[in-house]
Amino acid sequence: MKWDEFFVTGEPLIYGAMVSIVLVSLAIVVGLTYFKKWGYLWKEWLTTVDHKKIGVMYILAALIMLFRGGVDAIMMRAQTSMPDMKFLDGQHYNEIFTTHGVIMILFMAMPFIFGLMNVIIPLQIGARDVAFPRLNAISFWLFFAGAMLFNISFVIGGSPDAGWSAYFPLAGPELSPHVGNNYYSLSIQISGIGTLMTGVNFIVTILKMRAPGMTLMKMPMFTWSVLITSVIIIFAFPVLTIALLLMMLDRQFGTQFFTMQNGGMDMLWANLFWVWGHPEVYIVVLPAFGIFSEIISTFARKNLYGYTSMVLSMLVISALSFIVWAHHFYTMGQGAMVNGFFSITTMAIAVPTGVKIFNWLFTLHRGRIQFTTPMLYSLAFIPIFTIGGVTGVMLAMASADYQYHNTMFLVAHFHYVLIPGTVFAVIAGFHYWFPKVFGFRLNERKGKTAFWFIIISFNVTFFPLFFLGLQGMTRRMYTYSEETGFGPLNMLSMVGAIGLTIGFILLVYNIYWSTRYEPRDKTGDPWDGRSLEWSIPSPAPVYNFAVVPEIKQRDEYWFAKKEKRSLFDKKIEKIHMPSNSGKPFVLGIAFFFLGFFVVFSWWSLAIPAGLAVLIIMATMSFDRDHGYYIPAEEVAQTEKKLRGDTV
Amino acid sequence: MKKRGPLFALLMSITLLLSGCSSLTVLDPKGPAARTLSDTIIFSIFMMVGILAVVYVLYIYMLVKYRARKSNEGYEPPHDEGSKLLEITWTIIPIIIVIILSVVTVKSTIAVENVPEGYEDQEPLVIYASTSNWKWHFSYPEQGIETVNYVNLPTNRAIEFRMYSYGPITSLWIPQLAGQKYAMSDMVTKINMVADVPGSYMGKNANFSGEGFAHMDFEALAMPAAEFEEWVEDVKANEKDLTEEQFDDLLVTPHVGRMSFSSTHLEFSPPPEDGHHSNGHTDHQDKKQKFPEPATSEEEVEFDGEPNVEPDTSNEDSTHNNHEGH
Repeated sequence: MKWDEFFVTGEPLIYGAMVSIVLVSLAIVVGLTYFKKWGYLWKEWLTTVDHKKIGVMYILAALIMLFRGGVDAIMMRAQTSMPDMKFLDGQHYNEIFTTHGVIMILFMAMPFIFGLMNVIIPLQIGARDVAFPRLNAISFWLFFAGAMLFNISFVIGGSPDAGWSAYFPLAGPELSPHVGNNYYSLSIQISGIGTLMTGVNFIVTILKMRAPGMTLMKMPMFTWSVLITSVIIIFAFPVLTIALLLMMLDRQFGTQFFTMQNGGMDMLWANLFWVWGHPEVYIVVLPAFGIFSEIISTFARKNLYGYTSMVLSMLVISALSFIVWAHHFYTMGQGAMVNGFFSITTMAIAVPTGVKIFNWLFTLHRGRIQFTTPMLYSLAFIPIFTIGGVTGVMLAMASADYQYHNTMFLVAHFHYVLIPGTVFAVIAGFHYWFPKVFGFRLNERKGKTAFWFIIISFNVTFFPLFFLGLQGMTRRMYTYSEETGFGPLNMLSMVGAIGLTIGFILLVYNIYWSTRYEPRDKTGDPWDGRSLEWSIPSPAPVYNFAVVPEIKQRDEYWFAKKEKRSLFDKKIEKIHMPSNSGKPFVLGIAFFFLGFFVVFSWWSLAIPAGLAVLIIMATMSFDRDHGYYIPAEEVAQTEKKLRGDTV
Repeated sequence: MKKRGPLFALLMSITLLLSGCSSLTVLDPKGPAARTLSDTIIFSIFMMVGILAVVYVLYIYMLVKYRARKSNEGYEPPHDEGSKLLEITWTIIPIIIVIILSVVTVKSTIAVENVPEGYEDQEPLVIYASTSNWKWHFSYPEQGIETVNYVNLPTNRAIEFRMYSYGPITSLWIPQLAGQKYAMSDMVTKINMVADVPGSYMGKNANFSGEGFAHMDFEALAMPAAEFEEWVEDVKANEKDLTEEQFDDLLVTPHVGRMSFSSTHLEFSPPPEDGHHSNGHTDHQDKKQKFPEPATSEEEVEFDGEPNVEPDTSNEDSTHNNHEGH
């Protein structure tokens, strides 16, 4: 292999990206050395097992990926903004929409949600960490290794280009011989293993580590949504693991599971992919429902309406999510009866979802609604997501789907579901829980400006796509001719995309501005919240709860505040904490190199990397570190410092 | 206040609907199958607008009435666990809506999976549609002719497309005549349609199939039966046979313009129908080994990018049977 085959050449855009990657890396290295921060970085972040810090790292990585995926989106919109545009060629466009899809779903939406989960779940249930803190660190570093592996593909070797669903035989070795789809199978595999472990970790955490008295039906709704999501993860992700393994065997070892010849079945891939892929949609959207439930009830200043039916509806959705996957290929010729069955199960999901919408609306009923930034995102979610929902029902009708399938109508629908459902939720959750982690709020005024930009631009960007779909524009087309008449609406959509970009830049600017100028929050409870995370100081101390509270009812903290009683009147005792460990980080690096060498089928390097992975795991299993204790006096002192003299 | 985004979207949608309904290809059907689908879609849009209206009215009511303001400063919202009756109501009503939609869906799905109503007594005209690397091959076994990248159809005649692929999964879609369906390498799928209005309709591959996918459109020209017969005779008389060699060459070429032949490839490369299915040794599968690697160079894409001609059913002899159009 020559160097010009190894690096992607001949694309001015990619040369630009290479230069900026080198410059940014240099800047980071120089900056860390100049400010003598290497030790801090290692001790406080790279080796941490603190769930709050891991959560922060997830969110930071997700924000970076949001911008990477966003740049892809802008490039796609630019290329299709006018007929016969010459900005990107077909191959480059294909790589961009493929990476846009993978990054936004797997390396942006999921990690952002995992970040919020990590930060908040232990705090909401009165726990001091997750059940397996070091496993949690491994999950993060595997996700990070996978994400980095995926991201270097566009400069080294070339990106995957067969769509985020990577349908065979197009994604197979015959039609995609270059390494792009190797990156796809390996990077998703590595981060997927991390995801699966996160699922296990949070199920155990939520089931085993709740504060005394907090029965399942007294848990906050976000905790419920994460519990259900984790169950979906442990059922769905093994399917992806196996599918990606078969993909790798097909591509790199000459097996014939999904090929055109020798009995391979291309639709087997589509089935396996969507058996995982459809539940995946609910993995990213159910926690969002939890986040909205928390925020809406906080700022309507009321408890959540219909708690029991909210829980039930999520359970029903999680069950149905596994029996709707065939709606992704109504058009594969599976017959009217099969299509009918999957139509009905798919449309049935609208029922529990509708229950949730009405419960949120009635949470507002007789409330006193405060329009804070997180509340604005949550309120904007309701009408916009409803459009996504009803168009989802339209798509679920098999016959009608023969006309929408693979068109821009479909693209519009899932952006109308995923952006309000997931992106608004994580942004709302980010604004809402930011003070808990950092001890100050994001500026409200700036937050609202960004909100209006994002909300209006979102609709300008994606609403026209419904009509483009009905005009017959299929998705993933890098160009079209003037006569098609697709031009004007695509141009409108481009205008919206620019607005969205400005909105997201304003959002980041707000983080910068607030870090410098926003006053610090001394109360620990800036929003007058209802659940346990607001009962401790901000930023939360490393051990979270000096004294584990006892729970008697839902929204215990809210009632404690009203009745002016303390949740923490017990004696402070010494607290057991897990020690930091560098091994998860090193394991992540080892997995990264293993993945990278396997992508290029460099077996003489891949085998040592694989051995390194095994050795690190073996040494970890013999680790005798049982953590450490924080003495009671130290806890008391910290509490005193953080709370003034209330404890 | 809060509802500006969606309101804006709603307004825009109404304006667009009023101004450009006829430009919405899918809602401008020219045959019974597409008409069934168009009716289904319009019916579902009305149902959905009804649901949206209920949600939006409630939403606006809640936001306006219960927003925090100076006058309700000391107001303490009540504790409200919910109401069984209300929650059952908004479970039952959606279930009823889903049942209605399910009935409509199953009925219309069965309708479009069969020969359209009124044409059941006809023996459908069978056309095999196969794809290879960003081009379409249409074989007329009954007529013994084959075309590339265009298809002519007799009007008021039941037509059965049978699709398969020599490469990636593709999808045959002529939105004004019928919904799409996948063409795959190891099975044959079927679409029924009738064109009851003569005209030139856009047809395309709707499923992403690699680099040249965006150019994979074709013209479907519906013409009266007599004219169709004339065209068939013309092709038979004036075009060459399709030899196996020539077909193999064609398979490895990424893009070609329009072509016509006076025989089909079905004899030497049978479709993967029952009996030929997935045993790994059919002629069809052997052909696939000849499928080329996708072009990675910047070669100029050659395809039939000409706009579809306006239907002119009176003098239709020269425009559509000139092969190698580009």
